[in-house]
Amino acid sequence: MIIKTTKDIPASEITDPSIFSKRRQIIKATLGTILTGGFVSSTLANSTLPLWGNLPKSPVSNDSLTVTPAEITKNHTNYYEFSFNKKEATSLAQNLVTDPWSVEISGEVEKPGSYHLEDILGQQTLQEYVYRLRCVEAWSMVVPWVGFPLASLLKMVKPLSTAHFVKFTAVYQPQTMPKQLANAMLEWPYVEGLRIDEAMHPLTILAVGMYGESLPKQNGAPLRLVVPWKYGFKSIKAIVKIELIKRAPISTWNKFAPNDYGFYSNVNPAVAHPRWSQNSERQLGSSFFTPRRQTELFNGYGSQVASLYSGMDLRHFF
Amino acid sequence: MTFRFNNLYSLTLAVCLIPLLWLLIDTAFDNLGPNPIQALHIRLGDWSLRFLWLTLAITPLQTVTSWRGMTEYRQMLGMYAFFYATLHVLAYLLMDHALVWSVIGIDIIESQYIWFGVLAYIIILSLALTSPKWAKKRMGKNWKKLHRYIYLAAGAAIIHYYWQLKGNLAEPLFYLLIVCLLLGFRVLVWVKNRRLTRLMIPTGKMVLVLAEKQVMSEIIREQQRENAERLDKSQALT
Repeated sequence: MIIKTTKDIPASEITDPSIFSKRRQIIKATLGTILTGGFVSSTLANSTLPLWGNLPKSPVSNDSLTVTPAEITKNHTNYYEFSFNKKEATSLAQNLVTDPWSVEISGEVEKPGSYHLEDILGQQTLQEYVYRLRCVEAWSMVVPWVGFPLASLLKMVKPLSTAHFVKFTAVYQPQTMPKQLANAMLEWPYVEGLRIDEAMHPLTILAVGMYGESLPKQNGAPLRLVVPWKYGFKSIKAIVKIELIKRAPISTWNKFAPNDYGFYSNVNPAVAHPRWSQNSERQLGSSFFTPRRQTELFNGYGSQVASLYSGMDLRHFF
Repeated sequence: MTFRFNNLYSLTLAVCLIPLLWLLIDTAFDNLGPNPIQALHIRLGDWSLRFLWLTLAITPLQTVTSWRGMTEYRQMLGMYAFFYATLHVLAYLLMDHALVWSVIGIDIIESQYIWFGVLAYIIILSLALTSPKWAKKRMGKNWKKLHRYIYLAAGAAIIHYYWQLKGNLAEPLFYLLIVCLLLGFRVLVWVKNRRLTRLMIPTGKMVLVLAEKQVMSEIIREQQRENAERLDKSQALT
C-alpha cells in the first residue's frame, strides 16, 4: 500500500524559524519562573519535564499547516469528566492523578497484560506529528503532537485474527473528576472505539506530549489517542485500557445520542449534525472578521484514509 | 416628581449599556479567551435573552405590586433585547463569517438551531418596528395581538440556545423555567379574571337555574293556595 503523506508546502505557510525558536524560549523562560517560585498559572504549572525539543518529524506529519499557539490549545479543550465548561475543566483537570500510570491491554491478543507507561515508552520511538484537529463543535486547531503509532504498540501484543475492533477506556477517577462523581450526563468511564484497520493506520497515534512538552492534564495526560481524520471526541484522553475485540464497541457519545454521534464520526462537510452544519469551521487563533475555513472530507486526510471506507455510504455510516 | 422619574429612566437607559461596554473592554484587552469570536457572539446572544426575560417580567411585576407607569420601562427593555439581538446577528454575519454569503447560506440551511434564532429575530424585529406610540395607536387592538408573539420569540430563543449545545442543559432549562413562570402567571391572571366575570354576569346555565327556582316557587304557591281552599271548604261543611 502506498501511503501519500504530505502535500507540497506553500512557502507562505511555513512558520518562520525565528518565531518557532522564540516560542521555545518563552516556554523555557516561563518554566524558569516556575522553578524559581515565581508566578504560576494553573495551566503552565502542569507543563513539566521531559522536554522533547528536537524530535524528528514523522513522515506522515503535515508540515504545511500553521501551528495554533500553544496557549490556545492548552485552554480550549473539552473534558466533560471535570466540567462542561472548557475554562473550568482546564483548571479542575490539574487535580488528575497521572503518576503512576499503567495501561491494560487485553482481549484478542497473544500477549495480554498490564504495562507501565514508562515500559511502553521505553519500547517506542517518539516523533512529532503536526495534525489538524477538527471538533464536532465546528472549530479546529493545528497541534504538534508528540507520540508514536498505535500500530506499533498493538504489534507488540500480537493481535489475533479475531481482533476486529479496538476499544479504548479512559480513567475512572471520581475523586478528582466531579462529573463522574455526580454521574452526570454521559456514562462513565468514557469509551471510544476504532475498527482494527483504522487503529493500525499510520496516521493513528498515541500521544504523550504536544509542543515539545509532556501533555498538559487538560489535554489528555498522560496518554491519549489522536485520530486526525475523525471528530475530536474520538481521540479519547487518559487511556487506561485497550481491548481488542470481535464486535464493535459502543462509544460513549454514540450511546448518549445515537442519532447525533455515530461510531465512525469521520469529518465530513457533507453530513451535517442533526442540529448544526459541519460545512465550515472556525480556525482558532484567527482574528476577527476572518471567514471560516471550509471543512474538508476526512479533515484533509482523504488521500491517506478514503480507501478504508471505499464502497461505504458515508451518510449512513456517519 | 417628574424630574426624578426622568432621572431614573435615563439611569436605567445607561445601565443597560454596561454589558456592551464590558464586552468592548474585554475585546480591547483580549479577555475573551481562546475563541474570542464565539465568546463575543455568544455573550451578545445571552444579553439579548436576559433583556427579553426582563421585558416579560414587567407586566407581572406591575400586577403584583400595582405600581403604575412601567410601560415605558417595558418598552425600553424590549428595545434593548432587540438591540443586543441585532448585534448578535451582526457578529455572526460580519465577525464570524466576514459576509461570505455562500458559506452563511449553507450554515443557515443545515443548522436547525439557527432557524429558531431567525424566527425569534424576525418576531423581535417586527415588535421593535411597531414599538413607537403612534404605531400602537394606529394598530389598535391588533397591536396587543402582535405583541403577544413575544412569547413565541422567547420559546424560539430558548430552542435556539439549547440546540447548539452538545447536551448540557442547565442554563437553557433555567431560562425555560423563568419563561414558564412568567407565562404561567399570566394564565393565572386570565383564569381569575374569567371566573370573576362569570360570577357577575349570569350565563345560560344560571338563567335556567333562576327560571327553575321561579317556576318551582310558583307551583308551591299554587299548591298552598289549593290546600287552603280545600281547608276552607271542609270547614264550611262542618
